[in-house]
Amino acid sequence: MSQLSITLLRMGFLVLLWTLVLSAIAVLRADLYGTRITARGRGRESRREHDARAEKTASPSRAATGIRTGSISTKDPSAGHLAVTSGPLKGTTIPLGTAPVLVGRASTCTLVIDDDYCSARHCRIYLEGDRWMVEDLGSTNGTYLGNQKVTDPVPFREGDVIRIGATALELRG
Amino acid sequence: MATVSDVMVRTGRRGELGLLGLAVAVAVLARGLVDYHADFLELDELAIYAAAWAAVAGAIHLAIRRWASYADPVLVPAVLALNGIGLAMIRRIDFAYASRGRETDFGQVQIIWTLLGIGLALGVLLLVRDYRLLRRFTYTAGLVGLIGLLLPLMPVIGTQINGARIWINVFGKSLQPGEFAKIAFVVFFAGYLVSNRDTLALAGPKILGMRFPRPRDMGPLALVWVAAMLVQIYERDLGTSLLLFGIFVAMLYVATERLSWVVLGLGMFGVGAVLAGTLFSHVGSRYTAWLHALDSAVYSSGASEQLVRGLFGMASGGLFGTGLGEGRPDLVPYAESDFIVASLGEELGLTGLMAILTLYVIIVQRAMRTAIGVRHGFGKLLAAGLGFAIALQVFIVVGGVTRVIPLTGLTTPFLAYGGSSMLANWIIVGLLLRISDQARRPEAVTP
Repeated sequence: MSQLSITLLRMGFLVLLWTLVLSAIAVLRADLYGTRITARGRGRESRREHDARAEKTASPSRAATGIRTGSISTKDPSAGHLAVTSGPLKGTTIPLGTAPVLVGRASTCTLVIDDDYCSARHCRIYLEGDRWMVEDLGSTNGTYLGNQKVTDPVPFREGDVIRIGATALELRG
Repeated sequence: MATVSDVMVRTGRRGELGLLGLAVAVAVLARGLVDYHADFLELDELAIYAAAWAAVAGAIHLAIRRWASYADPVLVPAVLALNGIGLAMIRRIDFAYASRGRETDFGQVQIIWTLLGIGLALGVLLLVRDYRLLRRFTYTAGLVGLIGLLLPLMPVIGTQINGARIWINVFGKSLQPGEFAKIAFVVFFAGYLVSNRDTLALAGPKILGMRFPRPRDMGPLALVWVAAMLVQIYERDLGTSLLLFGIFVAMLYVATERLSWVVLGLGMFGVGAVLAGTLFSHVGSRYTAWLHALDSAVYSSGASEQLVRGLFGMASGGLFGTGLGEGRPDLVPYAESDFIVASLGEELGLTGLMAILTLYVIIVQRAMRTAIGVRHGFGKLLAAGLGFAIALQVFIVVGGVTRVIPLTGLTTPFLAYGGSSMLANWIIVGLLLRISDQARRPEAVTP
């Protein structure tokens, strides 16, 4: 073999080695396995999972933020979502579409809160025109928007916080 | 309501097949280059070698499809490529020794060890159908590890080679039980820490913003520290003691998330290393050879000769190397085992050595990814521990050869000549394949 082909083979080996390394990395890139967070309408079944997660994130260091945003995939991202910022379901987010959200202790509710201070059917969050409203459904311990107790339906704006027992819900864009 | 669900996982078996093809090509081209430069090239023989490699790779691929179909797709190709490069390099050094009148058959022996190792890895896949089974053997594994470490000190079977008493003689073959003890200890640490991590993490006084463990919880750390130091003293094996202690501290950190353990561990090892350096002459001379390697007095006394020759070898390789089969790696003592990294650095250059180190990074990264993906705490610790075992071993060897840390006698996983290391590291690959299979398998498929 000529000197040229030997040199080419020598360099070719290094090229081949790096091809292997880079294609291994390419396979890894295509192989991002793991979990995906999806929207689901029913409350009961998924509640257990969230309880487990809420316990895990209950460390005080996370208390300031608590919510995982950005990892939620909703069908309509402009619709915003409801975030639970404290209480046993802390960290849960509910994407908002057009359907009303029923909050309470009963298993038929959209957001089921296991809290002694929460009534079976506690309050309702619904869309009126293009704004969200919150309405108390005759709960024993009341629903609070900010410091105000909710009696009649009141507008629920982005950034507002509703308190139900130990749970706080925030509307986010 | 937002819920967490598993994505349909790709098994990645096709990607693995493609990578295996590349790995076989690397191995065969390496051997072809070596044979050509030794004027030994016979295309028939090379074709047989290529066919054998393809058959082995195909067999592994089929076995994984059959027994661990969700196992990590990158692990085996990376390991096989390293193994192929190692085989070619060892054969090349055989030729170099032969031209100087020293007949060796390291290359042939290493092929047998490789095949045995692959067989063991597949055996692990077949035998350990669920890694959680290993948790039952936590304390048994600890005992086995300890016995493995102590075996070389036994009068009849233990043998001393080159000043280190780490070999035993079995059926006329010398084995290093320490290599296998490493795996047993990882199983033990994983099982122990998964049960006791809460007391280790949460109790204890807070000093300087770090939570330090209670003295009574320090027991295991102190025990392993003492064991590591005893190994260093009696067997004169710095490498294994550093490796074991490093694995333990890393796993403690993974289990507890407490930086204080790392601080304590490094502190204890530092104290132990300094003490050993001042008390024992053989450790002290290692330090001298490391710190003053290029002093002519140290060099001519022979203490740093091997190290300095290795450094010059790598320097002569430069950026792209002299080419496989065209350098003089045999000028370094133990070019086929302890100093195979220097040999590769000389003939493949910085470019090739970086590719090899990146392959190790990929292997370790896959172990860590498996640890993140697996749901069971024991599996997390086991995968992370095995990953750290490979990572630390590579660091200790490459660091020693490149004069980052004092030189110790450990083998480079999958590359260096040595049966025990080859078998033990393939067992690690088998375990990692099993854990990654369970980590990546979707929930619904699991029975």
